[in-house]
Amino acid sequence: MSAERIVRVAGRGLPLRGDNIDTDRIIPARFLRAVTFEGLETHVFEDDRVQRPDHPFSSPAYRDAAILIVNANFGCGSSREHAPQAIQRWGIRAVVGQSLSEIFFGNAVTIGLPCVTAAPDAIDALMGLVESDPPAGLVVSLDELQIEAAGRRWPIALPAAAREAFVSGSWDATGLLLDRHEEVEKVRARLPYLRW
Amino acid sequence: MSATLFHKVWTAHAVRRLPTGQTQIYIGLHLVHEVTSPQAFDMIRARGWTVRDVARTFATVDHIVPTAAQRRPFADVMAEAMIEALERNCRAFGIPLFDLGSGDQGIVHVIGPELGLTQPGMTIACGDSHTSTHGAFGAVGFGIGTSQVRDVLASQCLALDPLKVRRIRVEGALGRGVYAKDAILEIIRRLGVKAGAGYAYEYAGSAIAGMSMDERMTICNMSIEGGARVGYVNPDETTFAYLQGRRHAPQGEAFARACAWWRSMASDPDATYDDEVVLDAARIKPTVTWGINPGQAVAIDERVPVPADEPEAGRAAVEEALDYMAFRGGEPIKGTRVDVAFVGSCTNGRLSDLREAARVARGRRVAPHVKALVVPGSERVRRAAEQEGLDAIFRDAGFEWRGAGCSMCLAMNPDRLAGREICASSSNRNFKGRQGSPTGRTLLMSPAMVAAAAIAGEVADVREMLP
Repeated sequence: MSAERIVRVAGRGLPLRGDNIDTDRIIPARFLRAVTFEGLETHVFEDDRVQRPDHPFSSPAYRDAAILIVNANFGCGSSREHAPQAIQRWGIRAVVGQSLSEIFFGNAVTIGLPCVTAAPDAIDALMGLVESDPPAGLVVSLDELQIEAAGRRWPIALPAAAREAFVSGSWDATGLLLDRHEEVEKVRARLPYLRW
Repeated sequence: MSATLFHKVWTAHAVRRLPTGQTQIYIGLHLVHEVTSPQAFDMIRARGWTVRDVARTFATVDHIVPTAAQRRPFADVMAEAMIEALERNCRAFGIPLFDLGSGDQGIVHVIGPELGLTQPGMTIACGDSHTSTHGAFGAVGFGIGTSQVRDVLASQCLALDPLKVRRIRVEGALGRGVYAKDAILEIIRRLGVKAGAGYAYEYAGSAIAGMSMDERMTICNMSIEGGARVGYVNPDETTFAYLQGRRHAPQGEAFARACAWWRSMASDPDATYDDEVVLDAARIKPTVTWGINPGQAVAIDERVPVPADEPEAGRAAVEEALDYMAFRGGEPIKGTRVDVAFVGSCTNGRLSDLREAARVARGRRVAPHVKALVVPGSERVRRAAEQEGLDAIFRDAGFEWRGAGCSMCLAMNPDRLAGREICASSSNRNFKGRQGSPTGRTLLMSPAMVAAAAIAGEVADVREMLP
């Protein structure tokens, strides 16, 4: 099954400062009491937003943002896909950060939400830019591996496989995994524990 | 050609290189629970797929089950809807479900090993980040999200990138009153919460070799708290002795064959590692977190940090944590008043954890202002504890004795903190709001330390309370 090709994401930025923002903060566990992902966006960062009225996700200035800018180890903790789902359903189309937790990154790939990394000074500059000029336009380019804003460009990084998956529209991996089942059978045949 | 266990398991399960460059990895065991699976089942139904390898798929309920009143239907309609969805999906696809009251139900990472499903050399996937727990057996466990649960249901495979391997050697012997939990908290404190990104952690050294399977599970469980998605211990005689006779473990003559293969999957003595760290077990003390991530921890005789003494880059994070926890920089952690004490979770809800907590609780009383609960990790742990009389020790001391589940580790059921309560907890995460109150506070520690805190009414040094 092929998915949409994602080569370029353009839009406004949303700066969310702080390292180690975990998935319990992105979507508290009580909102996982559901059998669908519908409506998660209304609870994104809910507890943080209550405790911090100036939270960027509450600011009208960033309501139309498409590109989330974060610091280090974003999305650490629980493997709940509800976290990238909530962010994506809120309207975010790409995440740019100093670093991302591995599980969050993998979950984001499977739902077509590119997460790219940039150097700390680039993140700093982007956050500063968007804080002083929220409507500023940002362009994340996965083929050129750069982010462009206010006439400046910064390099971004993304593992080659994830980049290829987005650019070729194969980020929904199930189709690929179902493709050659005879090769899976070969692996099954060589694993002794399947028939002790 | 020498190799690590991780590389041997990876190679044995590699199907092919995908056009994207990722590797298609066959998953030998898929464990399913009620929180991360309903959407995945809906997706495979919508696409006209089915569950590819039902014989390698098992389910249980753990996250949302109430631990006080377990009668169906649950008072919480949403929790009832979730368990019903899992029951329906398991029936529809023929997946065995270890349901509430079956005698086999419990936290997914407790029951996999108990039933002998978890075995060395396997790849294991589960829609839960603590799947690293199964690494204690020399399996490679991947915590995944719901779309990847869909991938495994439909294809029994995952698309993954290989990991580097960091060997963490803990050498020597842990002191009295110092547990596996203290060792992993010290490892995370030392290496940080993001150092493990891109790595599998191989735990080794004489302290790890001397640990029981329960203790090794505690260590591997919290790998993800150090940023490592995968953690493991090489299988040895302790592993094999644990597995022998378990329901899904190989039986009779097959067991000897299995042991030979399991042994062959362990890291070779001359395997090379991408990184290595060594810790001295004797220097590890009972450890307690003071902040809002598991790396923010101190030994029981230490003080919480003073922001001004921290390197500038880390100062804001320390200030944010102190502010949330309402600690003053430089305050001793010992003596911190607690409101709630929780013994349980996939980190520390096994029989040996309950035994250690009971050793401290025996003949004592929980402080009057503390609400204390013990939540066994599984129905099997609960029964075994009752056969030993641990439930009576806890009840006599004023602890509540509950049914099995995840409970107050993440508070998806009615067990949760209220307001600004502080909880001494044997669980794995001290994130803001983790235990159910948006402003609740968590202090992570060993189960024995939780029992000590419950009795003292404040954070105490268990070494002064052990019989």
